[in-house]
Amino acid sequence: MDYFLTEEQQMIVDIARQITDETIIPQRAELDEKEEFATEILNDIAQADLLGLYIPEEYGGFGGGGFEIVLALEQFGRGCVAIATSFAASALGAYPILLSGSEEMKQKYMPDVATGKRKAAFALTEANAGSDASGIQTTAVLDGDEWVLNGTKQWITNAGEAQIYSVVAITDKSKGARGASMFVVEDTDPGFSCGPKEKKMGIRASSTCELIFKDCRIPKDRLIGRQGMGFITVMKTLDLSRPGIAILGVGLGQAALDEAATYAKQRVQFGKPIISFQAIQHMLADMAIQIEASRALVYAAAKHIAAHPKDMSKASSMCKVFATDMAMKVTTDAVQVMGGYGYMREYPVEKMMRDAKILQIYEGTNQIQRNVIGQELNKEYT
Amino acid sequence: MNIIVCIKQVPDAKDVRLDPKTNTMAREGVESIMNPFDRHALEEAVRLKEQHGGTVTVVSMGPPQAEAVLRDAVACGADEAVLVSDRAFAGADTWATTYTLGKAIEKVAPFDLILCGKQAIDGDTAQVGPGLAKRLNIPYVSYARKITGLVNGVLSLQRLMDDGYDEVEIPLPGLLTVVKEINEPRVPSLKGKMKAKKLSIKKFTATDIGADADSIGLPGSTTQVVKVFAPVFKGERAMLEGTVDEQVEQLLNKLEPYL
Repeated sequence: MDYFLTEEQQMIVDIARQITDETIIPQRAELDEKEEFATEILNDIAQADLLGLYIPEEYGGFGGGGFEIVLALEQFGRGCVAIATSFAASALGAYPILLSGSEEMKQKYMPDVATGKRKAAFALTEANAGSDASGIQTTAVLDGDEWVLNGTKQWITNAGEAQIYSVVAITDKSKGARGASMFVVEDTDPGFSCGPKEKKMGIRASSTCELIFKDCRIPKDRLIGRQGMGFITVMKTLDLSRPGIAILGVGLGQAALDEAATYAKQRVQFGKPIISFQAIQHMLADMAIQIEASRALVYAAAKHIAAHPKDMSKASSMCKVFATDMAMKVTTDAVQVMGGYGYMREYPVEKMMRDAKILQIYEGTNQIQRNVIGQELNKEYT
Repeated sequence: MNIIVCIKQVPDAKDVRLDPKTNTMAREGVESIMNPFDRHALEEAVRLKEQHGGTVTVVSMGPPQAEAVLRDAVACGADEAVLVSDRAFAGADTWATTYTLGKAIEKVAPFDLILCGKQAIDGDTAQVGPGLAKRLNIPYVSYARKITGLVNGVLSLQRLMDDGYDEVEIPLPGLLTVVKEINEPRVPSLKGKMKAKKLSIKKFTATDIGADADSIGLPGSTTQVVKVFAPVFKGERAMLEGTVDEQVEQLLNKLEPYL
């Protein structure tokens, strides 16, 4: 379907598509197999000016909005969700600084993120704090001119690969959610280290590790925004970033449909290509309907969020749930259409099905998203 | 360092068909692309610019639609683009082409280095780069596979050979033709594409470059294409048997009538 993109937006799609087709797709199976981080591909994306799409021009970026990053991520998601996740996670790490950081902080970090010189990461989750962010145990205590951080973050995307970490830590335990603050920790800071790389079911070319803070000392001015603002920044960041995860579902679903439909045209059983059987046609048709509906919703949500920064939550959560549940279903059906071939690692759809699962889990599980939507509805119907 | 890159618009090799009636390449409905070897020349020029400063100017001789490859080159890092285009250039062979390009480049700007792809994938002559160097009376090296240094206006590089490579040096200004091993071309950048959209491309006609009418296009060409055809395999195969000496003897006997 035609979404009437501007010439500039079409350029973004064209460049992202070229990188996806020429660079990502030929390498994705090997990177997945070896669990290798795609450093060079991310450099290519940076060189094409796409890494800084959402970063304002005054900080060395392109100055685009949430819709532009969605367009690029749709293509990367079509190629490999792991690589797209590494890209998206750097944006997730940069958003807190862009949203709440001081001018000096933006000047210091954003140009490097835009050019790919340094990657960013977002560190919220802990062993006892996932969906319930109030369980955070990492602490930050002011000692003279330095903050001292102690604690462990878990399952942090881009850990070990990023140089800039946006970290949530408790600065006043008595204040509950209002006692959390965000800090920038650099990879070279004393007392900071990363744990071993986690072994995952999917998105294996992305890096996921623990972050360990052991009397980690950082300068006072690394506090992002004001003390106690941590949760507000976290919520705004996630509202802003979720369409980026939703669109990975769309790109991934599209890739699965492309594989399944191409296969169904070639595969002959009972003397006919299997695409001529209604059982297969209906599966493919359902996949196509769900993908297009998801795409339309994500595009609309991304545009709504860009235009209404104070009313992001519901649109953001709705598109994330819908498009990622779709991706799980569509990739599973693609494996089904391709039968035994689909289950083999020689074909790309088994990886797609493994990769789809994380989309329903990270950046807030789809159950939490439904909570958010439900709470918003509760507020609306007073 | 100011660099000129010569680029040619060619039909996409993925889609080449011969017209069965005329035996010439069918160009209608075939997508045009930048000659792939020229893309490597452009990439090397942009890398040299990033390292040493200066500008990259792309020059193409061709019909008005060749503007598309020039804009593509700007999207991939070139600064300026020149289209050398005139009906009078039509039918040029490599002799007339090097004359025309030479005249145009003299008009463009002073340069330190000219980079060309080793050959175009449509004509496959590999003559334009070396021919152009001769026209401009500058030294050249063909088949550059790696530039290794630039000291006091002398470029050192590796030239790809069948059995390895040569280490050679060339004083600038000079010309190189490059092979695909030299680099991995980048995809266009967003800022590059936006610049390419807006850039006004300089256009040179035969009059603009002061070309002599007898030296350009068909009249200026010393070769004429009489016929283009796909060769039909007609050779015979023979297995030679016996000891090595006997086989050599038999081979010599077979070759003798042709010597």
